[in-house]
Amino acid sequence: MQDLIQDVFVNIFSNDHLSVFHDSATLSPPNGPLAFTTDSYVIRPLFFPGGDIGSLAVHGTINDLAMSGAWPYYLSAGFILEEGLELTTLQRVAHSMAKAARTCGVQIVCGDTKVVDRGKGDQIFINTAGIGVIPTNINIRPDHIEPEDRIIISGDLGSHGIAVLSVREGLSFSGNISSDSAPLHEVIADLLNAGVSIHCLRDLTRGGLASALNELAQASKTQLTIEESKIPISDSVRGACEILGLDPLYVANEGRFVMFLPAKEVDRALTVLRKHHIAHGSVDIGEVQQLHSAQHNYPVILQTLIGTSRILDLLSGEQLPRIC
Amino acid sequence: MKYIDEFRHADSVKRLAETIHTITQHTWTIMEVCGGQTHTIVRYGLDRLLPSAIEVIHGPGCPVCVTPIHMIDAACQIAKIPDVILCSFGDMLRVPGSEEDLLGVKAQGGDVRMMYSPLDAVALAHAHPDRHIVCFAVGFETTAPAQAMAVLQAHEKQLTNFSVLVAHVLVPPAMEAILDSSSNRVQGFLAAGHVCTIMGYEAYEPIAKRYQVPIVVTGFEPVDILEGVYMVIQQLETARHEVENQYTRSVQRSGNLEAQRVVNKVFETSDRIWRGIGELPHSGLILRESYRDYDAMQRFGHLMKSKNSHHTDDSECQSGLVLQGQLKPSECAAFGTQCTPDHPLGAPMVSSEGACAAYYRYRK
Repeated sequence: MQDLIQDVFVNIFSNDHLSVFHDSATLSPPNGPLAFTTDSYVIRPLFFPGGDIGSLAVHGTINDLAMSGAWPYYLSAGFILEEGLELTTLQRVAHSMAKAARTCGVQIVCGDTKVVDRGKGDQIFINTAGIGVIPTNINIRPDHIEPEDRIIISGDLGSHGIAVLSVREGLSFSGNISSDSAPLHEVIADLLNAGVSIHCLRDLTRGGLASALNELAQASKTQLTIEESKIPISDSVRGACEILGLDPLYVANEGRFVMFLPAKEVDRALTVLRKHHIAHGSVDIGEVQQLHSAQHNYPVILQTLIGTSRILDLLSGEQLPRIC
Repeated sequence: MKYIDEFRHADSVKRLAETIHTITQHTWTIMEVCGGQTHTIVRYGLDRLLPSAIEVIHGPGCPVCVTPIHMIDAACQIAKIPDVILCSFGDMLRVPGSEEDLLGVKAQGGDVRMMYSPLDAVALAHAHPDRHIVCFAVGFETTAPAQAMAVLQAHEKQLTNFSVLVAHVLVPPAMEAILDSSSNRVQGFLAAGHVCTIMGYEAYEPIAKRYQVPIVVTGFEPVDILEGVYMVIQQLETARHEVENQYTRSVQRSGNLEAQRVVNKVFETSDRIWRGIGELPHSGLILRESYRDYDAMQRFGHLMKSKNSHHTDDSECQSGLVLQGQLKPSECAAFGTQCTPDHPLGAPMVSSEGACAAYYRYRK
């Protein structure tokens, strides 16, 4: 085990914190409020178009930090490995994590590895925790969402979920859909540096846009109304969803976020967002409204393509492809 | 996206709705047969664009909703047999049997896999000669050709580790049962476009004539549905009762002859129990004698507990009335209270084509 840790993780993640082989990393106190988060990554297949479990475990936790406006500094990495996992597979994942961390300017400063019996895991599970620093006077959180705020999403939806599904299930879709997995901290930092007043951010991971909006509407005790015609979805993702009977608004993303901000900030925000290749498809999709009474008030309303409106609800469990 | 955008076009929808308002002089009740159409109607609120004189009621065309409870129980039991891999369409997995659903069996360690095509199950059997692959063959005429093709491929490859649990049902007998009912209110049908893509619509012509009811083969997008409604209302207002085809981009009168040939080679019709409705004569498919070796019930019946054919849905569940168009989901006392997608009393609350699921998801 010690050899494995040295040969794979310490060598590949290579930094001063890991090389001391201590039980914990020693970090200098940062200048500003801390953001601290953790997430676990379980995905099959491990490698998919546009990413892998390693890059995902770095981007996902960085994005959770970025959603509170934080700049990420340190990650921990916990690995649960299934007995029999090929060493080359683990090395490939570790190299991908190291590259993603390097690109994002974060260090993986501590970690842990456990091996479970064959059949008790699914090759590799990864947990990463992250520490970031929030700039002074930035307070981005769900209960800061206000009536009349506008709702912006940072690009087209669903490509991560469909890319993973298509590889996992051996589905062949034309258009080669690739995951949108990407770190979001730089674009958020640019928004903050430009002085854009952001009330709330949420990355649109599992459960997609619809689930995120429902959670935020409930947390902020508001009603959200969005326009279906404004929501960008690529033809490849739309086609795949039509075939499988899936609603792209519930499909997972790993490099997209929703932002709530005052209407007067929208133009400036879109200008900043559209300079980044990972957010150049940003659009204003709707508005926050006052919740008038608890009865007959649904958290999220979708104005459909044909001009009618309906509830956009939370789903019970995963979406399942339909029969025909 | 071609064939999608133009059929979800707001102006076209508006124009059609206005035209329907213009031609409607009397009160009419029409039924859409297919659960996919039900979802389009509820999802887009199409019924609310129609004149109040037109009532749209929802039909029995949710394939997993009408799969009898004893077949789901059989699938669950088969999935628990060691070395069996049970392959099922995704939206069957959450449909409750008398005690459990297939996702529950999977959570207990049963090897239940979601398939996208029955041919995937054949490939699985070929790749795993040490396992037995059972394909849960559910659906209307639409999915029958792929199931039949799977049996033919398994036969051709001489696979001895592949079988099918057949629960296929047919649409025309269900429409006749609705029309024969003493409580029937249906005056016109939107027939299911995908079923007719396979089978054509000749079989509906004697029904239209005998029951004097217009039948319009209809697609699944908002413009399709409203155009189908328009064609039915136009017939009703002019006292006609013919079979017409709105879904011309997919359906021909004689259907897909090759698909029909494959289905007829493998399957024959049989009486079938429909969940919530009861037994309907000649309303299901079973394997022909020459392919009975692929019958999962024949292969595993001796390993299963006594059949649960007498199990019925929870007494609070009125899905039988919903499936026959006699009750709107929101009129059911259990809707949204005792019965939700997390705790369904009946299949229509969990199926992606179920009427109760559509009302819960889009309207509550």
